[in-house]
Amino acid sequence: MKNDFRARNHPAYWAFVVHRVSGLLLTLFLPLHFWALGQALHGEARFDGFLRWTEQPLVKFAETALVLLLAAHMAGGVRLLMLEFLAWRDWQRSLLAIASGASIAVGLAFLLNVV
Amino acid sequence: MGMLHVKVWRGTEQGEFQAFEVPRLESQTVLDVVTYIQRKCDASLAYRFACRVGVCGSCAMSVNGQARWTCRTHVSKVAAEDRLEIAPLRNLPVVRDLVTDMREFFDKWARARGQFQGGKRRTDDFARVAPDSRERQQVDAGIECIGCGVCYSACDVVTWNRDYLGPAALNRAWTLVNDVRDVSRKERLAAVAGDAGCHACHTHMNCTERCPKQISPTAAIAGLKRMALAAAVKGEI
Repeated sequence: MKNDFRARNHPAYWAFVVHRVSGLLLTLFLPLHFWALGQALHGEARFDGFLRWTEQPLVKFAETALVLLLAAHMAGGVRLLMLEFLAWRDWQRSLLAIASGASIAVGLAFLLNVV
Repeated sequence: MGMLHVKVWRGTEQGEFQAFEVPRLESQTVLDVVTYIQRKCDASLAYRFACRVGVCGSCAMSVNGQARWTCRTHVSKVAAEDRLEIAPLRNLPVVRDLVTDMREFFDKWARARGQFQGGKRRTDDFARVAPDSRERQQVDAGIECIGCGVCYSACDVVTWNRDYLGPAALNRAWTLVNDVRDVSRKERLAAVAGDAGCHACHTHMNCTERCPKQISPTAAIAGLKRMALAAAVKGEI
């Protein structure tokens, strides 16, 4: 018999899910990122045209989500490294809260910069 | 105090939940509920328990989807709207109803070299271990494991990799590699450093979340990862 969501509904498991899902979404984004950079090979005008396209509000909103994903993935990764390489007990929940807080702060900072 | 609506797993790997109505009592534990059903409703119900006071580790079951020691789990803490769903522990073969076959769980303790290996003879003097030494403190943090299988049942990595030694066996190995009297540290580290050992842990912390003794096997496994890494760098394993 296998566990269902009831066995997994706790903060550390959610941290795992966020880390895994953000990693997968960022992997999906990477080809798009390289394609965008590749536009520069076709000349300055084409790349500038692409950059102007990214100024649209919807694209900026998507970029904010991207920054949030990056921040969450990095904060989650640092959390894991700290759990695995530093001697620890009892403060893992605080670490989780700090990681979540830091990623949201980075996302909000980017959004403020955009708006 | 009304009635409890209880669903109990009947069968082996294949089976179904059977519904029972059990009188709600004050200070009632989940094990009390199962015992009531076995004595008053259906004598053919198979379940396992011994001490009833949280020492022996034999009564663990899945209660409303979460692995728990049933003898120390009060109904009031877990039965939302007076409903209970009681099933056998996950990740273990079901013998019948609520009884699991725990052989693989304990075999993995042996594979993780969970036996103490001393180097002294009985004619030697006592080993002196300072209670406040770092090693002794590490051992203290994990030594109260009662072998109930709750962590093993809660662990996703066990589900994904049937060879994975699991949180309890690795926690046991961690207490032994920190035991200054033990002489087989290197062999033990080699035993837990393989693909199915400490490095397979994904730090979901299901084990730490569910352990009824508030032990953190995740901390023990993280310690083993560091120790195994250091030993590998030094060329010891």
